[in-house]
Amino acid sequence: MGTPGWLSWLTAFTSGRDPRSESWDRVPHWALCSVGSLLLPLWDETHFGKMGSYYINRTFFFDVHPPLGKMLIGLAGYLSGYDGTFLFQKPGDKYEHHNYMGMRGFCAFLGSLLVPFAYLIVLELSKSLPAALLTAALLTFDTGCLTLSQYILLDPILMFFIMAAMLSMVKYNSCANRPFSAPWWFWLSLTGINLAGALGVKFVGLFIILQVGWNTISDLWHLLGDLSLSVVTVGKHLTARILCLIVLPLTLYTATYAVHFRVLNKSGPGDGFFSSAFQARLSGNNLHNASIPEHLAYGSVITVKNLRMAIGYLHSHRHLYPEGIGARQQQVSEPFVLSVLRQHQAVDPLDPSFPVEFVRHGDIIRLEHKETSRNLHSHYHEAPLTRKHYQVTGYGINGTGDSNDFWRIEVVNRRFGNRIRVLRSRIRLIHLVTGCVLGSSGKVLPKWGWEQLEVTCTPYLKETLNSIWNVEDHINPKLPNISLDVLQPSFPEILLESHMVMIRGNNGLKPKDNEFTSKPWHWPINYQGLRFSGINDTDFRVYLLGNPVVWWLNLLSIALYLLLGSIIAVAVQRGARLPAEVEGLSQVLLQGGGQLLLGWMLHYFPFFLMGRILYFHHYFPAMLFSSMLTGILWDTLLRLCAWSLASSSLARGVYVVGLLSLLLGTAYSFYLFHPLAYGMVGPLAQDPRSPMAGLKWLESWDF
Amino acid sequence: MLGFLKRPVVVTADINLNVVALTAVGLLSRLWQLAYPRAVVFDEVYYGQYISFYMKRIFFLDGSGPPFGHMLLALGGYLGGFDGNFLWNRIGAEYSSNVPVWSLRLLPALTGALSVPMAYQILLELGFSHCAAMGAALLMLIENALITQSRLMLLESVLIFFNLLAVLSYLKFSNSQKQRPFSLSWWFWLMLTGVACSCAVGVKYVGVFTYLLVLAVASVHAWHLIGDRTLSHVRVLCHLLARAAALLVVPALMYLLFFYVHLILVYRSGPHDQVMSSAFQASLEGGLARITQGQPLEVAYGSQVTLKNVFGKPVPCWLHSHQSTYPMIYENGRGSSHQQQVTCYPFKDVNNWWIVKDPGRHQLVVGSPPRPVRHGDVVQLVHGMTTRFLNTHDVAAPLSPHSQEVSCYVDYNISMPSQNLWRLDIVNRESDADVWKTILSEVRLVHVNTSVALKLSGAHLPDWGFRQLEVVGEKVSRGYHESMVWNVEEHRYGKSQEQKERELELHSPAQMDVSRNLSFMARFLELQWRMLTVKSDGSEHKYSSSPLDWVTLDTSIAYWLHPRTSAQIHLLGNVVIWASASLATVVYALLFLWYLLRRRRSIRDLPEDSWLRWVLAGALCAGGWAVNYLPFFMMEKTLFLYHYLPALTFQILLLPAVLQHISDHLCRHQDSLCGWSP
Repeated sequence: MGTPGWLSWLTAFTSGRDPRSESWDRVPHWALCSVGSLLLPLWDETHFGKMGSYYINRTFFFDVHPPLGKMLIGLAGYLSGYDGTFLFQKPGDKYEHHNYMGMRGFCAFLGSLLVPFAYLIVLELSKSLPAALLTAALLTFDTGCLTLSQYILLDPILMFFIMAAMLSMVKYNSCANRPFSAPWWFWLSLTGINLAGALGVKFVGLFIILQVGWNTISDLWHLLGDLSLSVVTVGKHLTARILCLIVLPLTLYTATYAVHFRVLNKSGPGDGFFSSAFQARLSGNNLHNASIPEHLAYGSVITVKNLRMAIGYLHSHRHLYPEGIGARQQQVSEPFVLSVLRQHQAVDPLDPSFPVEFVRHGDIIRLEHKETSRNLHSHYHEAPLTRKHYQVTGYGINGTGDSNDFWRIEVVNRRFGNRIRVLRSRIRLIHLVTGCVLGSSGKVLPKWGWEQLEVTCTPYLKETLNSIWNVEDHINPKLPNISLDVLQPSFPEILLESHMVMIRGNNGLKPKDNEFTSKPWHWPINYQGLRFSGINDTDFRVYLLGNPVVWWLNLLSIALYLLLGSIIAVAVQRGARLPAEVEGLSQVLLQGGGQLLLGWMLHYFPFFLMGRILYFHHYFPAMLFSSMLTGILWDTLLRLCAWSLASSSLARGVYVVGLLSLLLGTAYSFYLFHPLAYGMVGPLAQDPRSPMAGLKWLESWDF
Repeated sequence: MLGFLKRPVVVTADINLNVVALTAVGLLSRLWQLAYPRAVVFDEVYYGQYISFYMKRIFFLDGSGPPFGHMLLALGGYLGGFDGNFLWNRIGAEYSSNVPVWSLRLLPALTGALSVPMAYQILLELGFSHCAAMGAALLMLIENALITQSRLMLLESVLIFFNLLAVLSYLKFSNSQKQRPFSLSWWFWLMLTGVACSCAVGVKYVGVFTYLLVLAVASVHAWHLIGDRTLSHVRVLCHLLARAAALLVVPALMYLLFFYVHLILVYRSGPHDQVMSSAFQASLEGGLARITQGQPLEVAYGSQVTLKNVFGKPVPCWLHSHQSTYPMIYENGRGSSHQQQVTCYPFKDVNNWWIVKDPGRHQLVVGSPPRPVRHGDVVQLVHGMTTRFLNTHDVAAPLSPHSQEVSCYVDYNISMPSQNLWRLDIVNRESDADVWKTILSEVRLVHVNTSVALKLSGAHLPDWGFRQLEVVGEKVSRGYHESMVWNVEEHRYGKSQEQKERELELHSPAQMDVSRNLSFMARFLELQWRMLTVKSDGSEHKYSSSPLDWVTLDTSIAYWLHPRTSAQIHLLGNVVIWASASLATVVYALLFLWYLLRRRRSIRDLPEDSWLRWVLAGALCAGGWAVNYLPFFMMEKTLFLYHYLPALTFQILLLPAVLQHISDHLCRHQDSLCGWSP
């Protein structure tokens, strides 16, 4: 399977020209060459490939990441002739005749651009070709970056935007002496565009925004201190940055959502995560184009839905709570067709002679379950699962219950007046006797409750989405029906709602106690990789693992950088006079290196604070920064060594030998570890016949 | 030597009556009717149980904070002669006559009272006027939330005291830096800063934020010191080393000291033992130590053992098996091997006993001399009561279908051979020839045929498994996790050949003699780790609030309500103080930004010394507010209004500083606010 890839790799390798173009031309082929070799989806390809298909089929779905990345994947698939029919059910299903190459090729192309980007960034920061080449080599020869860039994943797209933003920021910094010139505007707005891209792919794009923000603030601070500039000029600088780095990215980011919602207009697997009003937009959803009476009136028959994500409708059935669990009354759980009735209703509300009366905010009502004619009831008994809450039951016979059946209905968002509007009004039901609020705890009832969600009455009157409901279906023959199109939420409302749902989704991804989970401290030491495909020796196995030589060199470099950096900083602070040569090098080290170190820290340390489940591949953006820092550090270090030697020929020798050994060392380690990325078949590494024999340097690596 | 003969000994006392008066009023407001109400008020119910544990010297585990705070409260109980006999179960319960309520509440009240004169001192040291300092102290004095919190057996006032002490002593230190570095008072204040910081962290973890703030200010000052070229290199190095010793080493040592004293005080076993490792439990008096005392140390072939899971979550439990088999078909339609269940059982039971067997021999007794089991040895584990072999095979586990089922092998005479060889992997070994030791060794049992390790999955089996915990075999390659690690807890050398005799032996308690001591560091590390990882149930509370509610004072807490008279204690801030303090923070931020931008354009609104004073006041007071408030937005635990009080005190300090600044610099042409001018 790997052979055709190898051949094209060899040809690409031998046709290398001068070093500068090499990193431009050669590297893209490397990632691209083996793209076609795997005929089955790997690992998260089943997610993101599927989401690409959803765009092509225009079916609505939900994902915890913003839409841009998947939209680009879908676009690439669409342009390359993929029809969106492959199911992406589980890793290892064969692609067969489906045309997936466009999507993979697109991701691999963006992934291979990382190398030239890193090259240019380092070149700009250090003005040293060897440093830039070393960086490019580190990234080219890193098996991890290569593996991650080969498949239909969000990471290559994310890293592309992060590096592009960094590059345009660095470029625009070097245009600082020509403010308001065309290239200055170009790089500034390009920075903004790439920021929007990074944030639009994954929320971790926020870190590069922080980096650019910090750079911009310190830039403006310098301009402000320059007394030769008038305040008006500084104001112009400020306005330009607000326009290009805040307004432009926000507009683009919002625009991706506009496209997202415009394209995905068919009902699909994501419907359930969103509110009823949102669902009414999607064709195929039963709320789409429905027409129901607008305001709730006494005698209406309704269904009530909880507002929290993926929690269903208020529901009851003819089963009693088991013995020992509160009062033995009819269970209420989520997913009731209810009739809304007056507190003491003597007259049948459906009697045509009875006038229509709308339910208003603050009214005392009774809710009768249509199917079983019992009232929604609560009392001072503890709820089955959430012991601190009160139990909610269905009680009474044919609508005659007791005073525990009365609820006060409150509208939370009274923008639509005091009446209760279907879909849009957010309502709370407050139990009159106990003063508690009807809510759902989100816990699943045991088998006696048919594994439905628990409904309780909570005495804690805090406003959470758990205790807010909205009316979905509504039947009242005495009222005129209106089309639900009138009730559709506006774009800002959809935007806000989808962000709330994404944030909740992200917070919901919690690691389990008794499982092995990847911890941030594992990452820089390359403690454990991620298996993309295959377990047994007969499988085709791809394993995401950083090239240990590159990664451990990066780790060492950060330590060395901190040491060297603080020595220089303290020396300067103590007033030591550095020779001109060292002065220049230390400037590059402190300023250029400082920016990269900041980038590494910003893309790494926040993960320590995250409660959600983490994966090894989250480290890769930070790894890019760390590799660029390594490039600058070793170049500076070797130059310092060379400078400290007396004879110039020896100095040159030391420099060249040092640099070459780093380059060749990483290249050789890539040769050793390349099967991880391009895939391997055959015995596992413990077996001496394996291509990876002897390379399992850490017990925790699993290939 | 006889100098006093020539010159008289003169003592000049310099008494600031303001401070004396403030201390007196502070004490009065905090101590008046301290023992009222004689009932459990709010969180006293929570701290009280720990005081009782200290009085009875019983070990406990509390995840809410380091032990120093609890120990201080317990000191009050000790001085009042409290015997610890009170059932802390309900807020509002009347104290029985043996509870010395006054002395239990004395310490928080004293620290609360002393915060008043300290606020005065801090503003003086920051370079503000006596008028401003009086203002700060009076605001601290009359803030009712602080009074309420200080008058009860709670820790916030103690925390606030140490926070202020850290800031005050750092200011004293840094002011004496200019005149007399390395003098006695310089050392005193420097050391006191370190000590106060560690005490703040020792009372509550959130004290760490003030510590970090002081460290940050100290490092900025140290950086200026490095830049001071009038000092020699050696002198600078001495300065830096002195600071590092006082602000880094001393706090670390103090923190260890708290735990050292804590572990000396609570040496008896108690209800929280179960959470700790077997080795830790064995170091406590009573409890497990009574059982394991005298066990043979080295596990040998033929040893009878119980195996405890080291991770022990959701509950600590022991490897267990019983007569029942896995159901042939699970509820979801998957099949099982129908062999004997192996579970993890959270109670001591005779079915927790296993016998370590050499696969090459038949006997189940320890030979003479005993042959110890070493790292890497292949063993079989035989369930004591049923004499079946621990076994795993390529069948999906009942609740974790991605892992293998673990069973005790029953030979149904079908084509499913027994696979009962396990390789011993001692995780905490020192060399590869280590012997498997009771209690001390943490081991993984790795299945020879399938390379899976015996693991506690954390799931509870349904009714057919008697709600015990599921044990599975998980691929070693999935990564190392503590839930795969086990240790021998009870251990004895098996002597009975016959099954009947062996059953009798299993029922009899193990007795022999070896005592074991765990080093302090090992106990400290384990205790600290368990304290940090103990899960609070995160349950909702009627009076819990979010950080945003605190600034606007949109929340309050009913601390206590008299059952008949409806007399009550309610934690509620003084709206005037809260609003004006928040306003002062906003004014400070805006003015600071204004000055900063104008200085950048070389417009100096302030003389250099008042600018530096303004910045330092902001760094410590506005900074103190920010570091004690903003982190709460990231915390997932249940939060209450009282969590805001440390932040509030810093805000209160800022208010008079801002007022004086406005009157000094912005209203120069008008009457100054205090009628006092510099």
